[in-house]
Amino acid sequence: MNAVETERREHYLNVNYGLKSWLLTTDHKRIAWLYLVSVTFFFFIGGLFATLIRLELLTPQGDLVQAETYNKFFTMHGVTMIFFFLIPSIPAVLGNFLIPMMIGARDLAFPRLNLASWYIYILGGLFTLTAAAAGGVDTGWTFYTPYSSIYSNTNVALTVIGIFITGFSSILTGLNFVVTIHKMRAPGMTWFRLPLFVWSHYATSIIFVLGTPVLAISLALVAIERLFDLGIFDPTRGGDPLLFQHLFWFYSHPAVYIMILPGMGVISELIPCFSRKRVFGYEFVAFSSLAIAVLGFLVWGHHMFVSGQSVYAGMVFSLLSFLVAIPSAIKVFNWTATLYKGSISYDAPMLYALGFIGLFTIGGLTGLFVATLGVNIHVHDTYFVIAHFHYIMVGSAVMAYMGGIHFWWPKMTGRMYPEGWARLAALIIFIGFNLTFFPQFVLGYLGMPRRYHVYPPEFQVLNVMSSAGASILAVGYVLPLVYMIWSLRYGAVAGKNPWRARGLEWETLSPPPTDNFEVTPLVTAEAYAYDVAEPEALYSGRPAHV
Amino acid sequence: MSKVETVRSHQFDDTAQQHDASWTGMWVFLATEVMFFGGMFMGYILYRSDYSAAFASASNHLDVLLGSINTAVLICSSFTMALAVYSAQAGKRRALVSFLLLTMLLGVVFLGIKFSEYYFKFEEHLVPGSSFVYEERFARPAEIFFSFYFVMTGMHALHMIIGIGLLTYLVIKSLRGRFSLSYHTPVELIGLYWHFVDIVWIFLFPLLYLVGRHL
Repeated sequence: MNAVETERREHYLNVNYGLKSWLLTTDHKRIAWLYLVSVTFFFFIGGLFATLIRLELLTPQGDLVQAETYNKFFTMHGVTMIFFFLIPSIPAVLGNFLIPMMIGARDLAFPRLNLASWYIYILGGLFTLTAAAAGGVDTGWTFYTPYSSIYSNTNVALTVIGIFITGFSSILTGLNFVVTIHKMRAPGMTWFRLPLFVWSHYATSIIFVLGTPVLAISLALVAIERLFDLGIFDPTRGGDPLLFQHLFWFYSHPAVYIMILPGMGVISELIPCFSRKRVFGYEFVAFSSLAIAVLGFLVWGHHMFVSGQSVYAGMVFSLLSFLVAIPSAIKVFNWTATLYKGSISYDAPMLYALGFIGLFTIGGLTGLFVATLGVNIHVHDTYFVIAHFHYIMVGSAVMAYMGGIHFWWPKMTGRMYPEGWARLAALIIFIGFNLTFFPQFVLGYLGMPRRYHVYPPEFQVLNVMSSAGASILAVGYVLPLVYMIWSLRYGAVAGKNPWRARGLEWETLSPPPTDNFEVTPLVTAEAYAYDVAEPEALYSGRPAHV
Repeated sequence: MSKVETVRSHQFDDTAQQHDASWTGMWVFLATEVMFFGGMFMGYILYRSDYSAAFASASNHLDVLLGSINTAVLICSSFTMALAVYSAQAGKRRALVSFLLLTMLLGVVFLGIKFSEYYFKFEEHLVPGSSFVYEERFARPAEIFFSFYFVMTGMHALHMIIGIGLLTYLVIKSLRGRFSLSYHTPVELIGLYWHFVDIVWIFLFPLLYLVGRHL
């Protein structure tokens, strides 16, 4: 198919034009774009604060900012990155775009609710940005009481109201996905023919639906306590500040799996495609997503080992946290087994996927260190923990997000990104990431605590390495922003299936028509049928690769 | 029947699938609501076991008579809501509108009684904060009890207000003849929501009002 043909054909991008056609759209593919633009915006806002943090930590003295300002920097970094980038990133962008197509539906079950979710997200974002502009907030993204409820003089109420509002966006997105996956599957699309991307989003949606309301009520209680002078979490008035930690982590630990499960879904698509093999142990990978979602609700106490909770509770939470390693390991082993004797090609999405496997393994295994009661006391609230969760959130979740965006970019835009630049960016990100965060494992092990803007001079070398790595990482993130925008106009025309990948989304045109498929597909085969010759190859006698 | 076609959104194959999806969506939403109230119940249970004597004492300051009347009002409103759903399913438009209005009326009565209770608590200096006055030995835990009382019944009242708003929407829609024998899903779904809000009260009433009765 040549360029002229693509331009003439009507698809979801050119069916109508103008700001109104985007802001009032109910097409899941366009809403995915609304999310893509807004999460990218918040990613760079969060990145700005990360830059400021790393600049301050170049030297042991507090010579760039004062402690109070530094507190606001890391709080804003955490709040924007977690609530406004990581949580919506893969589900609201790729999930929104792909789930209806992967199951052979015309749209999500509730398209208007989907658009409403985006507006709710933006409204919450505006509250939080207003709070930041009006002087910021300094409690850390965890909002621990009684600091957040009594002592902090910053815009806590405004920020938590912003997060409270955004939470409803997550809840409604999750609800939409659950109903869509249950009720909208095309004929023949049985549960065990679903792509693993859909399974992992199903598990994520369960957490959205059951976890987020608890965050909503715990943050609402903090806001109410501040605004109406209550004492629910105030120890001087008989309240229990630890109750907040329990309620907060009941959501916020599962929230970690909200960030990683969709990424695992992306990797489960990339690995089979670029190894040309059916994924190893499909059922195990599918059920391990659900297992992670369920276990995720039972481990929140491992954030509170030094809070004074009972030793017995600590032991139980430690044991349950160890159990999470089992489904996580199943995934890693099964991806690796998929690679075994595969016909592997190293396109940019695959580079991200391979990076994911390595970094996730490090992040996951260090999770076992911090889940061990004795070790936890040593590394609690140190840079070891920072490095651990950045290996999961950045090294894994963001890698998967980048890999997914590259992989489905031809489907979303009809254009290829420039492969050479993309491989270079993937490499830069991998190197920059490790240089930034690996030294932090050492720093934490040596005892550097998190959330301080000054540190003893002997930690400087490792901190300079980390800051240098961060600047490389920044280049790695700006590069795709530039070439992706470039490719919208100048990229090679992709054709409907440039990767010769399996899955319903590749059987429709790129970019897809508004209703996704010209006729509702009838599914007759299992997912990842890479061992079966492609339909195009069968008919024309030559591969469909462009 | 062309009317059926007009109420089916494009993403669904048929109205049965649409109806099914809407029901599932509402039940999932109610699950989120259970978790939302669950956080408050969790906090209440914790403090109730920490400060059981003070909670029993503070509970005696709530007006059981008004609370009981409100419970009865709310159960009646669930009954009228169920009749409204039945009328919608039977295609009886006038009955549907009257039962919806009756449900709204009962909801407003509930809120009226609730807010008068709030007013009495304000008069008795039982609103948490600087003006809170209580006997010395239970003062702090009693303040916590009343914090939960106001937050939990307040959240419940907020849900009632939203429910009345939704019922208003249903009344307008049914007066315009939007519901028929074949399409009345919104009535059923908002009915589910209304029953859920009632059930929350069925838990709140004994937890808050009846703790200290045996003393």
